[in-house]
Amino acid sequence: MIIDLKTIKHISKLSRISVDEKKAQKLTVDLNSIFEFIEKLNELKTDNVQPLTSVAEITLKFRPDEVQSYNIRDEIIKNSPEDNKDFFVVPKVVE
Amino acid sequence: MNSITSQSLTTLVKNIKNKKLSSEEVTKAFIERSEKSKDLNAYITEDYSNALSKAKKFDQNPNFDLKIPGIPIAVKDLFCTNNVKTTAGSKILSNFIPTYESTVTQNIWNEGGILLGKLNCDEFAMGSSNETSFFGNVKNPIDKDLVPGGSSGGSAAAISGQLTPITIGTDTGGSIRQPASFTGTVGLKPTYGSCSRYGIVAFASSLDQAGPMAQSVQDCALLQEIISTYDPKDSTSADFKRNSLSKELTREIKGKKIGIPKEYRVDGMPGEIEKLWQKGIEYVKDCGAEIIDISLPHTKYALPTYYIIAPAEASSNLARYDGVKYGFRSKGENLIDMYEKTRSEGFGDEVKRRIIIGTYVLSSGYYDAYYLKAQKVRKLIKNDFDEAYKKVDAIITPSTPSSAFKIGEKTSDPVSMYLNDIFTVPVNLAGLPAISIPAGHDTKGYPLGLQIIGKAFQEQELLNIAYALEEKISFKNKIKDWWIK
Repeated sequence: MIIDLKTIKHISKLSRISVDEKKAQKLTVDLNSIFEFIEKLNELKTDNVQPLTSVAEITLKFRPDEVQSYNIRDEIIKNSPEDNKDFFVVPKVVE
Repeated sequence: MNSITSQSLTTLVKNIKNKKLSSEEVTKAFIERSEKSKDLNAYITEDYSNALSKAKKFDQNPNFDLKIPGIPIAVKDLFCTNNVKTTAGSKILSNFIPTYESTVTQNIWNEGGILLGKLNCDEFAMGSSNETSFFGNVKNPIDKDLVPGGSSGGSAAAISGQLTPITIGTDTGGSIRQPASFTGTVGLKPTYGSCSRYGIVAFASSLDQAGPMAQSVQDCALLQEIISTYDPKDSTSADFKRNSLSKELTREIKGKKIGIPKEYRVDGMPGEIEKLWQKGIEYVKDCGAEIIDISLPHTKYALPTYYIIAPAEASSNLARYDGVKYGFRSKGENLIDMYEKTRSEGFGDEVKRRIIIGTYVLSSGYYDAYYLKAQKVRKLIKNDFDEAYKKVDAIITPSTPSSAFKIGEKTSDPVSMYLNDIFTVPVNLAGLPAISIPAGHDTKGYPLGLQIIGKAFQEQELLNIAYALEEKISFKNKIKDWWIK
């Protein structure tokens, strides 16, 4: 086994996804079969290979740092799941 | 069969420009057929009444200089459309109404296109069968028991079922080409950087690319010409000289060198696929092009590489769905509890699986062993193509290792589902353009596709080869309209 149940629970926590015992067990089975398949990469020697981080062979362009969107607060707030005309609302974080 | 909806995009454009058809007539015809096609479950959101009023408005003051004047188009629900719900096939975005437009769709409207609605897809484009969508699976117009492929399954079904004259999908590991192959249609995955990613719900940013899906190569070329523009809003958008693809399209491919990679002869590939490939090779020769055997030695490492890189990028991209700024929110006892419940209830199983894989391969202690390793193998895969392209102009392979499979057949085993993308994934890792064209049927009568892979930014050459082969193949889709109510 490559990944155990305890690790799955820890990674789920890091991912901010709550999982119950049954789901965690199912994930352990699935991820182990996926990682068995991924382990194939270990056949390859890659010590002297440069990692490929982007296939876009372009030089990033410079542009002036100017504000392009004005007065869009209402638009931004519009899709917020908790109604409030001025702010995003979250459960209380400071006692 | 309805005579308007069976016309190609190119014919419809001609008929509208010659005033033989009005935009309203065309739009009405596609709406009526879409209304009768609910059984396919191709749409997530319909925008018919707006489409009709836009069509009427177009007819009152038509501009025939546009490339697709007054043509109705349904698009994959991964493209943000201003004021029209955009869900990415997910519960977590099921109430999201964008306040801006993706560059690719804006380009379509600028050339006279009219939005018909938003098409079903796998949740966040993660899937190969359209079965991970929160809005239910899509049926393949070929047969009611078959998946249409994925993730652009709604788009592929809408094209082959003639619910839209043309559409767009996105392709991260095969999500345009595999469903095109499963439905007997044409799908182009352009070079990375060819189409802007601005306003497309992100899955794996170094692999995602939008592209056209159509009934023919000619239609594909026309739509690609429209959607491919340089866009300062996407830092990976490439500023290169773009061809007038549809105008420059030619079947003259004499003397072109086409590579056949021996590594694509995978174990367990059905004899029918091998036969189709051979047939394709004969057609290439008939067109006067030369066949050259090539080797892409790292092909078998492409899928494992993909299943590290794509989930890693996805886990990072999908961190934004926290129930605070937009989308679905679940009640929690505190902030962390709210995040965890929102994401647990808002995402489906496949998406959660990939977020957790991605988080794992990026986590401290595993980054080098998995993520860095995958980036190095990605380099080797790209090197394979660079070497091959010293000898050939394009590469031809099957699009998929099988024809469309049955609904529910592969949902319980994620690895068997992933194996569907074995021929398409290397192209995304290397950032190359590739097209799937329908090339024949298997013994069950299901369509099979051939994939042509081109050089980076050589979409014209790629489309020319596809255009020449399409004529030789003269494929006819066997669709019986069984779903029409």
